Amino acid sequence: MTSVLLVAERDDQGEISQSTLQAVTAARSLDDAQVTAVIAGDADGSVSSLAVDKVVRISAVDSGDVGIYEQATADLAALISSTSPDVVILGKSDFGSIVGARVAFKIDAAFASDCIEISNSDGSLSVTRPVYGGSALAEFEIASSPAIVTLRAGAFEPSSDTGSPEPEAFDSGAAAERSATVTDTIAEVREGIRLEDADFVVSGGRGLGGPEPFSVLTDLANVLGGAVGASRAACDAGWIDHSHQVGLTGKSVSPDVYIAVGISGASQHMAGCSSSRAIVAINKDGDSNIFKEARFGVVGDWEKVLPSFLATVRDLKA
Amino acid sequence: MTVRIVVLTKQVPDPETPPSQFKIDESTNSVIPPSGVPPVVNGFDLNAVEAALQLRDAGADVEVTVLSVGSDFVMDAMKKPLAMGADRLVLVDDSGLDKIDSAATVKVLAAAIEKDGPFDLILGGRQASDWDQAHVTIGLAEILGLPLVSLVQKLELDGDSVALQRVIPDGYQVITAPVPSVLTITNELGEPRYPNLRGIMQASRKKPEIFSLADFGLSGDDLAPKLELKKLYVPESNRQVELIEGEDEADSGKKLALRLREEKLI
Repeated sequence: MTSVLLVAERDDQGEISQSTLQAVTAARSLDDAQVTAVIAGDADGSVSSLAVDKVVRISAVDSGDVGIYEQATADLAALISSTSPDVVILGKSDFGSIVGARVAFKIDAAFASDCIEISNSDGSLSVTRPVYGGSALAEFEIASSPAIVTLRAGAFEPSSDTGSPEPEAFDSGAAAERSATVTDTIAEVREGIRLEDADFVVSGGRGLGGPEPFSVLTDLANVLGGAVGASRAACDAGWIDHSHQVGLTGKSVSPDVYIAVGISGASQHMAGCSSSRAIVAINKDGDSNIFKEARFGVVGDWEKVLPSFLATVRDLKA
Repeated sequence: MTVRIVVLTKQVPDPETPPSQFKIDESTNSVIPPSGVPPVVNGFDLNAVEAALQLRDAGADVEVTVLSVGSDFVMDAMKKPLAMGADRLVLVDDSGLDKIDSAATVKVLAAAIEKDGPFDLILGGRQASDWDQAHVTIGLAEILGLPLVSLVQKLELDGDSVALQRVIPDGYQVITAPVPSVLTITNELGEPRYPNLRGIMQASRKKPEIFSLADFGLSGDDLAPKLELKKLYVPESNRQVELIEGEDEADSGKKLALRLREEKLI
């Protein structure tokens, strides 16, 4: 038997998050898996979408935790020590990335982040994760247990099964120290559709040469009913706010159509958009990497290509 | 009083290496250094160097120590933080560090920090552009038993504490952390400064302080990896792009839109 502890999270609607539902799929794919989900906060109706063998509640409440997930870290470390699971799986959210790493070092366990495959079919646990910004894949064997693993968003299909057992409470007895104090949370001002939810994303990169062209990209995004994205280079240059950044260190998007304008397609950028249904590239350098990832492309100067593209799209939509 | 800051850095293959030149030796599971593309300091670590220097710019009396763990250091690369304005470069340079995993890296960093400290702030980049694990600095906070704040985009010293902005998915948190604390700095902080000529001259005269594992009483046995790398490879891409060519670039743009409509994509 493989005992798996799955660290579940809710999204901002109070439902079990997509990354957790994906983790359910990953956990149940392990050989002879016995899956326990642990969730912070109250037991409410949302836990019924956790199709696992057992559900445990810990006291740490996401919004009311002290510092940066201090109580969740303490509770989880205690739960792992008392139940000795073989594998601990977390989504690669802000919570999962931090709590996973902290717990691993607290209890001296092996840790692998951002995994896209996990398997124990040949008796030992192995994980695969992208490295070098996605240019390569690395397969690791983890001999020690527990192994603590976070999963890359979108690497597994979300589980659609329902029906989880009644949650049991677990009291770690640990009181986390208040180390850093969160005094305020500022929501970013967002116009239009959330980048992560958009069916169309129009993204600009270094090839745009400055901030002004983003107004053309915005026009196109508006006509399509989509959102504007950007490469890290464009954000770091200050041409557009970092909240638009798509990529390994920005947002992960999977729209129907991802239109990349003046983006070379470095693997760090592609890590945030490669699960799009179709990537469309406009770039004057025909050798750039984006054309290896795109389904459709135009090799040309965006200043000449984009206006007629926008005008035609507008006509088609009219 | 001088505020002592240590910034963790790592030497990595240049992430701007063209994908066509990125090659792996599958017999040794390692990246073949591309010819003519020297390694660099991890770009995210330069964000952390920049953060430390901004505290100095704001008027604090700051000493910036740059610490790195590894082997085969290329000094031209590793001295870049000095050229930006950092004061000291401390290297743990040992061939035994060639193949260690990040758990072992944390052990060595913790030993070096205990020997060279105490420090008021320990700063790291949000992740390294080679293994992208994003947990060395987080793990270090846990091992040292210090408060951790990750993804810091703004920081300001305020007496015995540090005022921070931490990036979260849809905005940021305002945080007060005590000194000492461990912080990871994100690229939202802004572009790291370019070294000026004076900085480059000063850096060229500075000598790194070099330690080996034995200086910390550590040996290879203490650093056995928890993760064993079985296979490192470049994934196959079999996607075939359909290039749209019109009579001129404007015509290509129009034809592209029509083709996407044909495919029912728009």
